[in-house]
Amino acid sequence: MRTSFAIVFAGSGGAGAITAGSSFLQAAAREGYYGLMTKLSGAQVRGGEAAALVEIGVSPTEAQPDVFDVLIALDWDNVGKFAPEIPLNANSLVLADPAAGAPAPAIVATGARIVEIPLSKIAASVEGGRVNMVALGAGAALAGLPMGSVDAALAGMLASKGEKAVAASLAAARAGATETAVLGAAPLAPARKGARWFCSGNEAVGLGALRGGVRFVAAYPITPATEITEWLAPRMAAVGGRAMLAEDEIAAINMALGASYGGLPSMTVTSGPGLALKVETIGLAAMAELPLVIVNVMRVGPSTGIPTKSDQGDLDLVLHGTHGDAPRIVLAPLSIADCAPTTERAVHLAEALQTPVFVLSDQSFGQTETVIDPPARRPAPLKRKAESSATGADFHRYVATPDNVSPMPAPGAPGQQWVADGLSHDDYGHPSNAAKFHVAGLDKRRAKLRDFDYGETWGEIHGEGEVAVVAFGSTVGPVKEAARRLGESGMKVKVVALRLLAPAPTQAIAAALKDAQRVIVVEQNHSGQLYRHLLAEKALPAHAESLARPGPLPFRPGEIATYLA
Amino acid sequence: MSIHETAAPACHQPLTLKDFKSGVEPIWCPGCGDFGVLQSLQRALAAHGRPPHEVALVSGIGCSSRLPAYTSAYGFHGVHGRALPVAAGLKLARPDLEVIVVGGDGDGYSIGGNHFLHACRRNVNLTYIVMDNRVYGMTKGQPSPTTEADWDSDIAPGGSGVQPFSPLAIALAAGANFVARGFALDVKPLADILVAAIRHPGFSFVEVLSPCITFRPEEMEWKKAVQRGALSVNTDRAAAMAMALSVNELASGIIFQGDRPAYSETLPAPTGLAAIEKEFELNAA
Ligand SMILES: Cc1ncc(C[n+]2csc(CCOP(=O)(O)OP(=O)(O)O)c2C)c(N)n1
Ligand code: SF4
Repeated sequence: MRTSFAIVFAGSGGAGAITAGSSFLQAAAREGYYGLMTKLSGAQVRGGEAAALVEIGVSPTEAQPDVFDVLIALDWDNVGKFAPEIPLNANSLVLADPAAGAPAPAIVATGARIVEIPLSKIAASVEGGRVNMVALGAGAALAGLPMGSVDAALAGMLASKGEKAVAASLAAARAGATETAVLGAAPLAPARKGARWFCSGNEAVGLGALRGGVRFVAAYPITPATEITEWLAPRMAAVGGRAMLAEDEIAAINMALGASYGGLPSMTVTSGPGLALKVETIGLAAMAELPLVIVNVMRVGPSTGIPTKSDQGDLDLVLHGTHGDAPRIVLAPLSIADCAPTTERAVHLAEALQTPVFVLSDQSFGQTETVIDPPARRPAPLKRKAESSATGADFHRYVATPDNVSPMPAPGAPGQQWVADGLSHDDYGHPSNAAKFHVAGLDKRRAKLRDFDYGETWGEIHGEGEVAVVAFGSTVGPVKEAARRLGESGMKVKVVALRLLAPAPTQAIAAALKDAQRVIVVEQNHSGQLYRHLLAEKALPAHAESLARPGPLPFRPGEIATYLA
Repeated sequence: MSIHETAAPACHQPLTLKDFKSGVEPIWCPGCGDFGVLQSLQRALAAHGRPPHEVALVSGIGCSSRLPAYTSAYGFHGVHGRALPVAAGLKLARPDLEVIVVGGDGDGYSIGGNHFLHACRRNVNLTYIVMDNRVYGMTKGQPSPTTEADWDSDIAPGGSGVQPFSPLAIALAAGANFVARGFALDVKPLADILVAAIRHPGFSFVEVLSPCITFRPEEMEWKKAVQRGALSVNTDRAAAMAMALSVNELASGIIFQGDRPAYSETLPAPTGLAAIEKEFELNAA
């Protein structure tokens, strides 16, 4: 029996491919399957072709499949444009409506078996029936999903559309399933049912921020990060916080920094082009020692690049962006599930260490919907050192302490007034050009981040082996899957997944790579930014290799396994 | 801390200008107009009656933007041109604070011009004081958006050839709720304007003619040239706009006091995180 199943629903804009995919995923989740769904859309702002790429399986799914088992074309519109993102082969099945015309040549060229199924005719036979629901039923039958779960998923998803719409959808789905039954299902092995989370990475980042205590977020819209702020806007109010739509990204980060100075854990959210605008203020947060969380959901750059596709090319910018030496913390979630605890941890670290902290996510995490185990662990909270017993005319804001973090009262505290300043300053915060104060400040800001014990935040090790792969962000999932497959064929691969990218956890990495004969740094960008970073930090052996491959196409486990083998 | 837990303002107590002085020595050139603005602001804050720890001064970069360190209030001396968003974030996070923004014409009208428009439009309860010397003082004498087109400088020999704009007209058009112009060396009248501005709800904008004795010594003539009282209070925005466009740029006084409701500081009662976490759950037992 198969343990995973990958299906694509595709069609023109209004055809409802995404709804079909989402319903399919939720029906599978009710049967205990894990899964993920990636959405593709054409360059048009509205309408145009769309596709839902869904993979479900008996164990957590963190990578796109090498090949899709099934493609159901609601119609052909421009679906052929998606061909590079929908790998098919001779074992794949394509269901196509003869009424929709000839299948796209790029799809035919894959050698997939193409079977005609009169989707539109079946839909027309059901009152209020729609083609996408027929396709949903067909897909469910092919995967061997029971119709009861499809019913339940549709009832949940379409509740707001009224009973009639739900009934029509159910009927259409059942008709689709019946029609497809003749093709025979290759059913999935049964899964263990249990509590699951259903969310995107962007939503999980939002939840992590709220859990961490963020009560102020300011942002300017940008793909693929906007959903975080949209998700947060009503929910921020529900926890007594505020979301601000700023006039631009520079305003957004400065609003967040102002709110942080006021004592509230604060955050700004953006993607590459917006981050490029924010960098001056990141230096200010570092210099004035103000807590701030900056979420960057990477897309393909440089410049406007490909806004809707994933890439890991902003690493250099988050590690180094701003003038002067401005240490910061950079965290990257290890999976969609990890987006929540990593963001929560980012808030704690920003607050406790009075520093800018990046959450480096990417489009592939942010806009993929997934069914996962509820994250088991939450990081232990850390708080801002706001209390001070010192009062007097001149508050000793940057007083030396063993951990290099000085008390930071919020405005309103009597007798502790201080001025946050981007100018080089003495330990009272008074501007000064003196070398001794400047250097002491640089040392303090570096030491407080360098000497902090990040514990398990640094990353995770999966498996054992003399071949070790180092990865971060959404590359971790396909790397883990590649390692699993190689393991099945007898090649042992250790995966070193980095969550803490700065300050670089050199000791933990060195320990993880100690016995490795081969070390490969895998990342989705053109120049090997992680590889260069870790080399510069002396965290890699000299023989380490770089597998750097840019977006927009996602890494698939097969590609990585082929390189490693 | 959440926005709901912020402390209520303490009761007003008698304060003097001295309560708002700090020990930090200004770097300003002797005779700089900004000294007058500092003094006026300290007087105004004393008259307003909230103690220094309940006041936060926010600024960008420039000679004028150095002002926060010269008072005993909380302060935020940020980056060039971005004081207004910092102040909006601070005020909305902490509505209990008195938040006042100060800076120069380069900081506010040039690099920060977009934020100026949107601060007027957003109407957060802030007071914004621009020390307009019609020059970039800190970078040693380049023309700003309020500099005369024919003013000669190293960077624009013979003049920039670009007409200055009218900050008052822009503030009015963009929706500021209180608009005034004062003169730095008229300390007492300026303090009165500032008290009115601080107490007016919403976004209050005060343009202060503040001579740069070093790069624009001729601005010392403003002592005579300022047209005191040439601006009078309008409550109608169109009438204020007509006045702003007809008077010259040395007219002082309060020109507009509007009644736009300030950007909401109150928030709905929180309902908690638990319901939000539930949204993620599938197949809950
Ligand atoms: C991003 C950035 N660009 C340029 C500068 C250089 N700079 C410092 S102050 C200033 C202009 C100051 O003029 P104004 O705001 O009118 O203040 P004044 O010094 O006249 O009081 C400039 C351009 C800077 N600090 N930051
Ligand atoms: S340069 Fe001009 S604005 Fe700056 S301190 Fe001197 S007089 Fe004042």
